[in-house]
Amino acid sequence: MSVQAPERPTQTSFPNEEEYAGQLGRRQRKALAFKFFCLAMLTIAVLALATLLYTIINDSFGLVAIVNQNDPDQVVAEAGYDPETATLQDLSYDELVGLLEANVSSGVGRRMERDQRFYEDRLVFEDEATWAEICSSGEPPTGCNAAPRDHSNVYALVLERVVVPDVIASYPLVPSLLNPEAFEEEVAAGFEAGRFPDYQPEQAFIEWRAWFNPTFLTTPQSSTPEVAGIRTAILGSAWLVLITILFAVPVGVGAAIYLVEYAKPSRLNDFIQTNINNLAGVPSIIYGMLGLAIFVRVLEPFTSGAMFTTGVPPSDNGRTVVAAGLTLGLLTLPVVIISAQEALKSVPDSLRHAGLALGATRWQTVRSQIIPVALPGILTGTILAVARAVGETAPLILVGAASFITTDPSGPFSKFTALPIQIFQWTSFPQQEFHNLAAAASIALLLLLLTLNAVAVILRNRYSRRAE
Amino acid sequence: MTTDTQIEIDPGKGPFRKKSRPGELAIRGFLFFCGVLSIATTIGILYELGKESFLFFGDEEVSLVEFFTTTVWQPQVGGFGIWPLILGTLYISFIAMIVAIPIGLSAAIYLSEYASNRVRGFFKPVLEILVGIPTVVYGFFALTFMTPVLRSIFGSSVVGFFNVLSAGIVVGILIVPLISSLAEDALRAVPDSLRQAAYALGASKLEVSMRVVVPAALSGIAAGVVVAMSRAVGETMVVTLAAGASPRNFTFGQDPLFGYILNPFEGAQAMTGYVAITANGDLSYNTIDYNSIFAIGLTLFFMTLGLNSLSRRFVKRFQQVYE
Repeated sequence: MSVQAPERPTQTSFPNEEEYAGQLGRRQRKALAFKFFCLAMLTIAVLALATLLYTIINDSFGLVAIVNQNDPDQVVAEAGYDPETATLQDLSYDELVGLLEANVSSGVGRRMERDQRFYEDRLVFEDEATWAEICSSGEPPTGCNAAPRDHSNVYALVLERVVVPDVIASYPLVPSLLNPEAFEEEVAAGFEAGRFPDYQPEQAFIEWRAWFNPTFLTTPQSSTPEVAGIRTAILGSAWLVLITILFAVPVGVGAAIYLVEYAKPSRLNDFIQTNINNLAGVPSIIYGMLGLAIFVRVLEPFTSGAMFTTGVPPSDNGRTVVAAGLTLGLLTLPVVIISAQEALKSVPDSLRHAGLALGATRWQTVRSQIIPVALPGILTGTILAVARAVGETAPLILVGAASFITTDPSGPFSKFTALPIQIFQWTSFPQQEFHNLAAAASIALLLLLLTLNAVAVILRNRYSRRAE
Repeated sequence: MTTDTQIEIDPGKGPFRKKSRPGELAIRGFLFFCGVLSIATTIGILYELGKESFLFFGDEEVSLVEFFTTTVWQPQVGGFGIWPLILGTLYISFIAMIVAIPIGLSAAIYLSEYASNRVRGFFKPVLEILVGIPTVVYGFFALTFMTPVLRSIFGSSVVGFFNVLSAGIVVGILIVPLISSLAEDALRAVPDSLRQAAYALGASKLEVSMRVVVPAALSGIAAGVVVAMSRAVGETMVVTLAAGASPRNFTFGQDPLFGYILNPFEGAQAMTGYVAITANGDLSYNTIDYNSIFAIGLTLFFMTLGLNSLSRRFVKRFQQVYE
């Protein structure tokens, strides 16, 4: 392509041939530099994500130095088993309770029983008369109504109260792999410097520990990092998801149907639309305040469950699963409405016209023509909105998710904790072991969100295939 | 659905008479109720925040003027000036914007002007994952990664365990995808004819992007930046975990500006941080602490509302140009 350049006008602002060639090179170099600058910036974003995931995984596995106050093998031997073949976890429920009975002071035992009893039909630490008395008092402990403990629960108690493991130091994954000796030296130096005054150096042993492991997922919360788990938090989050969906989906989809299918342009309908857009931008912590003021405080008779029983309410105040679930529901609502609106708007008008032309009423058209077509889109948007709500922490802090609770939530009116709350609490402790727990819980939370997102992607793909 | 020829129908009788359908009406009513519930939510927020704030300012210890004019926040001894908290919020948001604007805009320009479909297919999911990660995990990241890194760079005697810089950088990372996705949408909406015209005039790719496409998309980009700012102001968990729990009380003229008031290496409680820390645990009703979080919440609500309205105004201007 050689095009004869037209004669250049002789103005000072226009360069001559030579200058032009020089400028062109500069301009092209600048353009290239800019391209690489942009790419570098984008790479920073990728690196940030990589570093974040690295931090979490790095803190979830690694070497730990542990001191057991009682050797678990010895405990098993005392129970009459061969420690070579049987581990503590193999003991039966009754034997584990027996170990607790033998090793735990009666005061601590009574407290455990008041949290959650050991047997449906008999009491281990309390006597029947006192039990009946405290259960009929104004503020009965949770043990009066909750189901008895199970094997994993009692096993965790035995570990926590009888074996009493203490993680005295922990090391992240990468240095544990690259330089395990450094950790041993660090622990030894710690003993020499008197950082662990309660223990002898020979008591301590170093082992590999995956903080994120199946036991971690299935044991309840504990103040001893070694035996702490997130079952209570996972169940709490599951309850929250359930209530959020039950509230936000019907109401959100209903509002979207109203705005797309029924509403004619009017001042009120415009206002509703603007208002929904505004609500989508309100910080989540403000929804938390709304939840605290309305669901926890004003609606306390409902959210504490007092409305539904004549006797003792399931919970002594409104800081319950249902209050938090409704708060998250309100928070999710604008997002659900907006995404459902998008899905409904993408349904071609010909379907509406066809339905109405056949004599169907508006609702008949919506129900049997429009919703089925828009459903995958609605579901995808809803799942993504719920996934966002699962990770919300600030509103849960406001509505008073309990930070330390060892009993599983038993219904919508029970006290609860949730995964993000656990991560928050553990992160705010200064000790490294709790940061390990927070990292492991973060993995659990991210996996949960990944699952929800995967479901959404699968639905979207199936939908787009059908639309083709 | 307008027809050209109107058929005269007597709605009073015959097969075309309008039937009353109570079921249809009830459903319509329910759907309308769902729509109106969002208004009820807004009213609820305004009413509850307003009511408790009113009680807060009704307290004899607190005065509205003092709240907005003094610079010491110490509720235990009756210091109720909101400026230290606003300082924390704005300072962290400022650092976040310094981090997020270059990264977010460059990312948007690269994705819309340069990237092939394969490259986009790699970077877009990364940005989407960054949006999806819960903020409490970012908080953990700030405290256990960013803060130690900053302390080892600048020295642990200079950088506090809680500091504004770490929180600001991590909030910045968190809002990058917000800026990049909104800005990319704006850039892609610029008609290709503008680009073609600029190329035809001999402009390089940089000149096309920076002198033609970006100016044309400017209000859309501005909308993205303002939304991100609003998000940074309302962000809670990173700020609570990484920036600490002590408000940076100051006195103008007395405290050194860069040594103390704007020192990025020390902690400063933000508005959201105060609310979260105060509400954590069983907060009793009708105490001054309880009421104070609502007064701060109301201030925060109006700040974010203002930013969001500004952003929508930008979007509207942008849509008017290209639709």
